[in-house]
Amino acid sequence: MAIKTYLQALNDAMRQEMERDENVFIIGEDVGKFGGCFGVTQGLFDKFGERRVRDTPITESAIVGAAAGAAAAGLRPIAELMFVDFIGVALDQLFNQAAKMHYMFGGKAKVPMVLRMPQGAGVGAAAQHSQSLEAWFMHIPGIKVCIPSTPADAKGLLISAIRDDNPVVFLEHKILYGVEGEVGDEATPIELGKGDVKREGTDVTIVATSLMVHTALQAAEALAAQGINAEVVDPRCLVPLDKDIILNSVKKTHALVIAHEAVKTAGAGAEIAAMVAEEALDYLDAPIVRVGAPYCPVPFSPPLEKAYIPGADQIIAAVKSLR
Amino acid sequence: MKHPDKKVLLEMFSTMTKIRLFETELQKFFAAGKIPGFVHLYLGEEAVATGACAALKQTDMITSTHRGHGHCLAKGGDLKLMMAEIYGRSTGYCKGKGGSMHIADFNIGILGANGIVGGGGPLAVGAAFSCQYKDTKGVCACFFGDGASNQGTTQESLNMASAWKLPVVFINENNGYGISCPQSKSMAITDIADRAAAYDMPGVVVDGNDVLAVYEAVTMAVERARKGQGPSLIECKTYRWRGHFEGDACVYRSEKELEEWKAKDPIPRFAKKLLDTGTATQAELDGITASVAADIEAAVQFAEGSPYPTPEDLLQDVYA
Repeated sequence: MAIKTYLQALNDAMRQEMERDENVFIIGEDVGKFGGCFGVTQGLFDKFGERRVRDTPITESAIVGAAAGAAAAGLRPIAELMFVDFIGVALDQLFNQAAKMHYMFGGKAKVPMVLRMPQGAGVGAAAQHSQSLEAWFMHIPGIKVCIPSTPADAKGLLISAIRDDNPVVFLEHKILYGVEGEVGDEATPIELGKGDVKREGTDVTIVATSLMVHTALQAAEALAAQGINAEVVDPRCLVPLDKDIILNSVKKTHALVIAHEAVKTAGAGAEIAAMVAEEALDYLDAPIVRVGAPYCPVPFSPPLEKAYIPGADQIIAAVKSLR
Repeated sequence: MKHPDKKVLLEMFSTMTKIRLFETELQKFFAAGKIPGFVHLYLGEEAVATGACAALKQTDMITSTHRGHGHCLAKGGDLKLMMAEIYGRSTGYCKGKGGSMHIADFNIGILGANGIVGGGGPLAVGAAFSCQYKDTKGVCACFFGDGASNQGTTQESLNMASAWKLPVVFINENNGYGISCPQSKSMAITDIADRAAAYDMPGVVVDGNDVLAVYEAVTMAVERARKGQGPSLIECKTYRWRGHFEGDACVYRSEKELEEWKAKDPIPRFAKKLLDTGTATQAELDGITASVAADIEAAVQFAEGSPYPTPEDLLQDVYA
């Protein structure tokens, strides 16, 4: 165990998996000497060389498609897009190619690729470099979706994602890259589809993802001071979704708030809320409340961006609205 | 380049005939309502897939298109499994999950037909990357049409393949129309092969109705690719006899144009060459045709006698 940043944890996972399996390689824009847009692949080029850490032209369709083709032909690519926002350029290769091959070809093809993409606002990057798009990927069967919130989860989930035989969309949050936490030295996978209770509580369940897990934990501390004991549940993956951990918590607390940074409308929270309404409505003592970004593009100017990103105060208000 | 021997030449004749008869049967069955969905026939273009795949090894790979039956058959695809798949039966290549546009056989390097125009280019680049990465000396042939040649994915793929000297052979099947839009309306150039110059790779134009011309051009490109010298672009000028899909009224082209191209039918043309050079007798060619026809009949019987998948199969194979 050591204290490491989320970024170092991701880097460790890639390095250890590349040491373990010769078929694992990295492909993306500026992932080589430059070390990746946010520095996540730093040092890997020097260690593994150009053959296994491959800088690409700025052509996202070719990056994602080449990863899918290489995966179909037996390799285990880790592709990186600089920002999740750029997936728009390459969607076909993910949604219609990588995601569909296994099913469409009758179960014979395997596409063991990871597509790492940073998302999230908070760095003044404005509308085309700040979105949280996880709900898009949930809507296409055939893709798995990881969205880790802590360094330890980032490492364990990335290891599993690399070893998984399906296309895995791996969504990192740029604000989390510098966040520190305890990370094991060994390459220990975390099963995809297993959530984690980040704070135990009895009065209300807050399901949160990515950066919002930290915001929810802040909110929970503030609520505790006011006598409300909140449980914070981090699903860690959205596909497969750990329904049980959410349902079990709701059955205990009888109240549910869902918080994510993505636009609230048609966000992952809508799916979670619908699932709980379908499977545990009778356990709820109050309506489900969602906290998410407003229905507008991510703005540039700092006061606007601050107003855009859901804060602990909104989660606190949501919890209090249940009473 | 070694001239193909009699065995290879007769194999080419057999493959072209197989594609012709397979597609002719499908045309009939589709009209009779036996085949669900969309069908895009390869009639008239047989020489391209045949000549190209004859230049490949079984371990080499291909990416195909929505008009993919010819590519799959030429690469060695199984008639019965193909026919059953197109019929939507559980015994088909994809257990009935894919259909005409999604036939794949990874065991013989068929990485899949593709319903998206230009969808296969990046996949071919990745497959070729795997050959380079593992130093297998394998190649990946990427079939794509004139329509696909305008897609960004195709340009990205040509660029990445050339920048990394990947063993891809880009085989453009220029049949003159992107669905209904003639080439003259969709691009300013006459020869798609000219685009190769932009990526510093060889670009050649061949008569796509001459199976030997295709074979020779692809063989040279494959040799180059295996030696690590990078990709090539081969434009095969050809014509599809049927519409973009079965049911297309073809209002965008003339009967005269079609008849002119039918006069350039690649199969009798190749047969004549085989006869004129004394490579084969008419009896041999007739024997091949009869044998292929019998195989196709058996495939039809197999498909029609096969069960449909059941609703229990619906959620199988969503994830590996």
